[in-house]
Amino acid sequence: MTAIRVENVYKVFGRRPQEAVRKLRAGATRDEVKSLGTAAVIDTSFEVADGEIFVVMGLSGSGKSTLIRMLNGLWRPTSGRVLLGDDDLATVSASRLRALRRTTVSMVFQHFALLPHRTVLDNAAYPLEIQGVGKEERRERARAALELTGLGGWEDSLPGQLSGGMRQRVGLARALTADTDILLMDEAFSALDPLIRREMQEQLVEIQQKLGKTIVFITHDLNEAMYLGDRIAVMRSGRIVQIGTAEEILTAPADDYVAQFVADVDRTRVLTASSVMLRPGVVLPAAAGPRRAARAMREAQAAAAFVVDRDRVLLGFVRDSDVVDAARAGIPRLDGLVQTDVATVDEDTPLSEIFAPSAESLVPVAVTDDHGRLLGVVPRVTLLEAMVPPEIDLPDDTPADGPVETVVGAGATTVNGNGVPDGYEPLPPDDGVPGLAPDELPAARTAASAAEVAAAAEFDATTEGGTR
Amino acid sequence: MNDTLVPRLPLGDVVADIVDVVTKSGKDVFAAVKTGFLAAYEPLEILFTTPPAWTIILVIAALAWWVKGWRLGVGSAAGLVLVAAVDQWDNAMATLALVVLASVVAIILAVPLGIWAARSDRVSAVVRPVLDLMQTMPAFVYLIPTVVVFLTGVVPGLVATIIFALAPGVRFTELGIRQVDPEVVEAGHAFGATEGRILRQIQLPLALPTIMAGVNQVIMLSLSMVVIAGLTGAPGLGRDVVAALTRVNVSLGVEAGLSVVILAMILDRVTAALADRAPVARALARS
Repeated sequence: MTAIRVENVYKVFGRRPQEAVRKLRAGATRDEVKSLGTAAVIDTSFEVADGEIFVVMGLSGSGKSTLIRMLNGLWRPTSGRVLLGDDDLATVSASRLRALRRTTVSMVFQHFALLPHRTVLDNAAYPLEIQGVGKEERRERARAALELTGLGGWEDSLPGQLSGGMRQRVGLARALTADTDILLMDEAFSALDPLIRREMQEQLVEIQQKLGKTIVFITHDLNEAMYLGDRIAVMRSGRIVQIGTAEEILTAPADDYVAQFVADVDRTRVLTASSVMLRPGVVLPAAAGPRRAARAMREAQAAAAFVVDRDRVLLGFVRDSDVVDAARAGIPRLDGLVQTDVATVDEDTPLSEIFAPSAESLVPVAVTDDHGRLLGVVPRVTLLEAMVPPEIDLPDDTPADGPVETVVGAGATTVNGNGVPDGYEPLPPDDGVPGLAPDELPAARTAASAAEVAAAAEFDATTEGGTR
Repeated sequence: MNDTLVPRLPLGDVVADIVDVVTKSGKDVFAAVKTGFLAAYEPLEILFTTPPAWTIILVIAALAWWVKGWRLGVGSAAGLVLVAAVDQWDNAMATLALVVLASVVAIILAVPLGIWAARSDRVSAVVRPVLDLMQTMPAFVYLIPTVVVFLTGVVPGLVATIIFALAPGVRFTELGIRQVDPEVVEAGHAFGATEGRILRQIQLPLALPTIMAGVNQVIMLSLSMVVIAGLTGAPGLGRDVVAALTRVNVSLGVEAGLSVVILAMILDRVTAALADRAPVARALARS
């Protein structure tokens, strides 16, 4: 279901808005129509689905505030349609608009917009007062909303006695008391200090999950947009330049502007394990014998290998030294050698949460699905590389063709467009077959001499064991 | 006379003619206005002058105490006792009645006009220069047409005072409403409030401290004009001030003048304290 549909909306402030829209349609730029008026929003179309958090992101002057004010009719579009259900806010009557604002769409403001002479409770109850709800009931419902936003016990305070974060909780509670399906949030957390902002973001996500509201959130903070948004619309100079999920915008920016914008984002909070994970290097079936394991590991020059059962459910990993000892001792199966203390994360784990397990793990962090099946791995080096924005190339000292020759420890890797080292490929979860894939080892390397192999193996052992 | 650069423009004559015509054609209206003002003024004057001075002093002191604190209460009482002691009590009460009536009428006219001006740029553009004119025109000049229309006595003084004191009431109301945080007004709209509700529950309460400052100014201007209105025979302290001036009577001048000052100080402090008691002002003071 579509909660909001915006179709080719223009908003021009100024003396001759219609003429400006005509010229914009004919291809004029924002600057060219300046003499006719200020084109705040130009040819904008999008849909917001029920229960979605839709973030509109842009710098000041990009038209995002004007855009959100057209979603509840505070501004009427100069041209185009804004559909809230069946009502077109461009043409709806004043009384119907008031009704919509009471029942369908409420708003949270950047500077809270509370009534300073009313208590927290009466502020939160204000929408219901407007709706003509009786005093007892509206206070009851306001109290519940305040409880939800964590302001229980502050009902009788005045807004001036609260901190910024608490005031915005009142603003949020007020919007929730109205009990509308749609919540518009205009830079709602921008006036708060970073720690409080973070807390409020988490709380908003929590409340959204609990109540299933449709939220349109305006912000200039990309990190906030990426954290909150199911989808993000990036605005620039009145136009939407890209709409997509956080990952889409991060990994495939539509133009240089967006790319530049996302360069500063905290990628580890946005990218998830599934977007950076690689095909596991050596994966051994539990039934395999130590000899086969030893051979596979030798060929792959790996110090350890993951072990899975028949259904690809991850059991753990084996170390090369144990495998070699077992082979010498004539032990037939790997089962007894498997170490189970392997760090696992699921596909949707943000990178920021993989750093700690990765640092403590001997082997790359394993990515598993709900059934514990091994989907891929995230080596430490991948984690680090994923933090580098795609348009920034690292110094490249690897031959352009042939297998990747990255000597671990030399600190040189090539990075492809997705921030993943060349030679690795992001792995579609279903085509991983247990087996050997020497070219795609977690720490892929083909070394020229035995000495290098030894050095590399030693490095692996010291680094991966070193954090223990 | 004829060697000046531009020919003599008979502006004054034209206005005088207009006043003349208005006076004649609006005779009935002015008569009604006069009757109305007298009907309002006389009971008020009786109310203030009939009871013994000490009851009035007590009431005013109690009011001052209530709105501000005991210091203002005691100070007001002391001031009023001084007024009574220099034998200006009746005059002061007549002046007070004039000020109260003129201020109330001025506020009743000014606040709605200020609201209208705040809501419409066009109205504001028309009102503003008119207010400028009203404020800068020498106060005495108002007295002339009002005397022509209403002759002498209480009413011309009242009317001139109301016109003179109107301006700050309108200005402060407009300013107060215009400077209400637009986001709060937007919030009212965003939750589906009607214009009337936004005015009543958001704009007026938030503008109230500023409007009260305007009310204070209206009262102070009324007082100053009421004294000047003594020239046209309005009763009260003004008449004694004028008498002292024409007779070069220093002692009368000092006593009447001092009474005006005391009255002014009490009115100013009490209304200023009232402004601080507006809900928004109190809420801001508590935070």
